[in-house]
Amino acid sequence: MRSRFTFLLGALVITAMPLALAQTGSLHLPGTVEAGSAFSIQSTGNGNAVLYIVGLGQVVKRKVQLGQTVSFAPGDLRSAGHYLAVLVGDSSTENGAFDVTAAHQPGALSFLAKPSRLAVDLHDGISGVVYVFDAFQNLVLATTQVSFQLSGVAGATQTRTALTHNGVAWTKMDSAAKEGSVQFVARVGDAASTRVMQLVPGNPCHLRMSARPSGQRLAVETEPVRDCNGNALPDGTIVTFTERYKGGESTVDVPLKRGVARTDMPAYGGAKISVATGVFVGNEIRWGGER
Amino acid sequence: MSRIGRLLAIVITAATVALIVVGTIWPVPSAVAMAGSGATLLRPSSSPQAAVENLAAEIGQQAWEKAYSSLANKSEFTELEFARDLTGTYPSLRTYATLDSFDLRPLHASADEAQVQLKLRWSTVVGAFLDTRTLRVVRTGDRWGVLWPIVKEPRVPPQVIPVNYLRWDVIYRGPEDDWGSQDVEAPHVRIVDMHPVDRSAGVVIMGELLNEDVVPAFVTVKATLLAKNGSAIATEDSFDKISHILLPKQVTPFLIRFQNVALSEVDSVHMEPSASLIAASADPVIEIEDQHFNPAPGAALSGKLVNQSGQVVSVAHVLGTFYDKSGQLVWVADQYVDRALLPQTPVSFAMSIPADIASKVSSERAITTAYSSGRFQ
Repeated sequence: MRSRFTFLLGALVITAMPLALAQTGSLHLPGTVEAGSAFSIQSTGNGNAVLYIVGLGQVVKRKVQLGQTVSFAPGDLRSAGHYLAVLVGDSSTENGAFDVTAAHQPGALSFLAKPSRLAVDLHDGISGVVYVFDAFQNLVLATTQVSFQLSGVAGATQTRTALTHNGVAWTKMDSAAKEGSVQFVARVGDAASTRVMQLVPGNPCHLRMSARPSGQRLAVETEPVRDCNGNALPDGTIVTFTERYKGGESTVDVPLKRGVARTDMPAYGGAKISVATGVFVGNEIRWGGER
Repeated sequence: MSRIGRLLAIVITAATVALIVVGTIWPVPSAVAMAGSGATLLRPSSSPQAAVENLAAEIGQQAWEKAYSSLANKSEFTELEFARDLTGTYPSLRTYATLDSFDLRPLHASADEAQVQLKLRWSTVVGAFLDTRTLRVVRTGDRWGVLWPIVKEPRVPPQVIPVNYLRWDVIYRGPEDDWGSQDVEAPHVRIVDMHPVDRSAGVVIMGELLNEDVVPAFVTVKATLLAKNGSAIATEDSFDKISHILLPKQVTPFLIRFQNVALSEVDSVHMEPSASLIAASADPVIEIEDQHFNPAPGAALSGKLVNQSGQVVSVAHVLGTFYDKSGQLVWVADQYVDRALLPQTPVSFAMSIPADIASKVSSERAITTAYSSGRFQ
């Protein structure tokens, strides 16, 4: 009795299998697909079904005839990531997954260059970080060589190369000795990005003043104030004149105008007048005249 | 409610009613000024003190007409000049001040004349300032009248003063810019000196901050006191004990107070200077003339501010940094000037220094910050 029942069940399954295969199918998915490239998915079986490709922020829906190849045009899948393929037949569903990777050809760079303004003659004062993207804004994880170039003011152009790690490459550069604007360019193949940085004078290195009578007062004036590389400090830089005389003191903070600072101060015989900017102290003069 | 509770409520209510009645019938003169209904409560000017009290009360109410009409020397100046003596001709701290209280001290008296010192304590958004006047009071019939010592603010003659100092404006990146594109760099500032001291009221942290950049900066300094276990005891900032706008290569002192903290509880101090770009002008230039350090008692740094530019400065803030013989910072003091700074017109200032600190002071440095009506710096 038991063997007769087993035989009957087996016969039923064998009879029903072709019918089931006629209504469902299976998928042959590619392992990886390059973003933006054409690709195809082979289905098996026969009958009609709907194929869904579900990825990050994108869903593609196709009606398919089972047993035929489903083709996707270039640009159908642009975003790199893990995709799910779901084939929905009349009575069953098949799942599969594949990865879309960034294109090998870099298409765009995001270039972070810091700082946008810095003093001249600083070792490793400039940093540049590049994120390499393909034409569809996918981060290119494959190792890529990036070249950095700093140029624009007097002095040799600095060039560095760096390889990307997980899509990122970085470098450090020295600021030039002369003030002005410099161009910092990052380049990968045909893709390039440029940042402009401003090199400004450093700390003052040369601060001298002179004094002369001006009516009842004393006119004090600096020579052009420069940093150690000869760059003139910009207008607006504060220069402090201090006059110490018997029993008193006068102070005035004067901004540089056309490279020099000048002001009038009380004229006291024997007064000591000093000049400073920031924490840098210039010369001191003793005023010998009588008031 | 318990019996004790009911009793307490009755006592508090009775005391409150009694105090209201006492305050209404016998008001304190300076309170009359603040109440705004002093006209009905003023005493007749039958004594020098009463005359001065009445005048001060009317000044407190800004009843210029009444105050002016009570003066014995009103023929010497106009009512407008009298009001401008107290409130300033140009917008200044005085313009927006209100009389907080006043004190008077008889100095000398005879049958027909007396001298009374009047101290007017004005309150402003940056603290109180004291205006002390020595008044002569004369008897006219059965009444006493005050001879007001008018201080006429100098007037600047009509003129055109060319000003061509640098001004900085800032354009920041826009929302449509790529995330990788640059923004304008914040100014680089550096603390060049820092010194904590233990005072009776708590810990005081003083220091100096340098703008080492080529652009103006709006600066603040925050300090956190840390205990031995690393936990934060307290965090404070310098508030107005700093010059917030620093032009390139300018140095400001700062002072941060921590109330009710002993220095022995502090293991370390975490300093946080911050700077942001700000549109600013290199004008006006203010000279600090005739600085004198006056030792204790009454230790103070006094001097005169001279506005070398053409713009009227509404409020000037003077910050003084005091050093000992070794050049170490020992104190930071400040003073707001209550009168406007007119071009080339000296205005005096005096900032007081604690007596115990004054004995250590060997040198000092003063800077000013100027606020003009309608704009910074």
